[in-house]
Amino acid sequence: MGKRVLAIASGGGHFIQLMRLSPAWDGHQVSIATVDPTSRALVSDAPFFTFRDVSRADWWRIPAATLDIAAILLKVRPQVIITTGALPGLIACALARPFGAKSLWVDSIANSEILSGSGGQAGRVCSQVVTQWPHLATDRVEHWGSVL
Amino acid sequence: MNGVFVSVGSMMPFDRLTRAMDEWAAANPGIPVEIQIGKGTYEPRHAKWVRKLALPDYQARVAGCALFVAHCGMGSIISAIEAGKPILMLPRLQAMGEHNTDHQLATAKHVGIRPGLHVAADGDDLKARASALLADTGTAPAPISRFADPEFTTRIRAFIES
Repeated sequence: MGKRVLAIASGGGHFIQLMRLSPAWDGHQVSIATVDPTSRALVSDAPFFTFRDVSRADWWRIPAATLDIAAILLKVRPQVIITTGALPGLIACALARPFGAKSLWVDSIANSEILSGSGGQAGRVCSQVVTQWPHLATDRVEHWGSVL
Repeated sequence: MNGVFVSVGSMMPFDRLTRAMDEWAAANPGIPVEIQIGKGTYEPRHAKWVRKLALPDYQARVAGCALFVAHCGMGSIISAIEAGKPILMLPRLQAMGEHNTDHQLATAKHVGIRPGLHVAADGDDLKARASALLADTGTAPAPISRFADPEFTTRIRAFIES
């Protein structure tokens, strides 16, 4: 049966990058969560969820997004979370952490000179943080490859 | 394949790009131009426009157009590369309130150097390059597989299974 995996990302480039990582969870019980309902067309037959988006620019939407993400976590009960950002992915990792879920933060390939804001916080919340740029790797932030 | 498809991204407005390509459409009435304007407030007067397309429709537009013009976001770039379509980009600038940071300039510098990817300096440069690229599209982006490098996804799989 494999593990219960939640692959979660905001819209636009975050979601496109997440989809390029799909072979990683092939054969596991994966659920996909993102913000745009029309993204479902890109997801084969995995359970698909949407949540209300939030970013640092509209931080007052944090409660609504958190509520949606908590509901998704209750349904999926993930053992592993994989996220390509942004802030909602971080919220998912933080909420699931007390329940023993481990999490991987894949910082967006858009962050080629400095880790993203959420990526910088991810070190305190996620089990592992990776950057897609070799020159941004540190002793704690590893470089495993990139989506391109 | 015909026409120009323009996308400014979905998260924040980017009227500078919409306005420039609407002006370009006015100067090139024979060429169909469609702009996905996202959260912008400027509504094109010459180009056809749409606020937000469903993702499959967006991908079909990228694959079907003669030239793809976009902000310097990774969704646009990856969509163009996956479709093997040249892309002309205008980076969002923090100083103009177009994004929270200047990471699109970094993307232009580090990713925009790939073949088939073109970066404009400003609106006027964008319009000039759009005309030049329609006359001669040059090299298409090198084809890539549908998924990330297997080495990368194998490491993530190992993380999931550990």
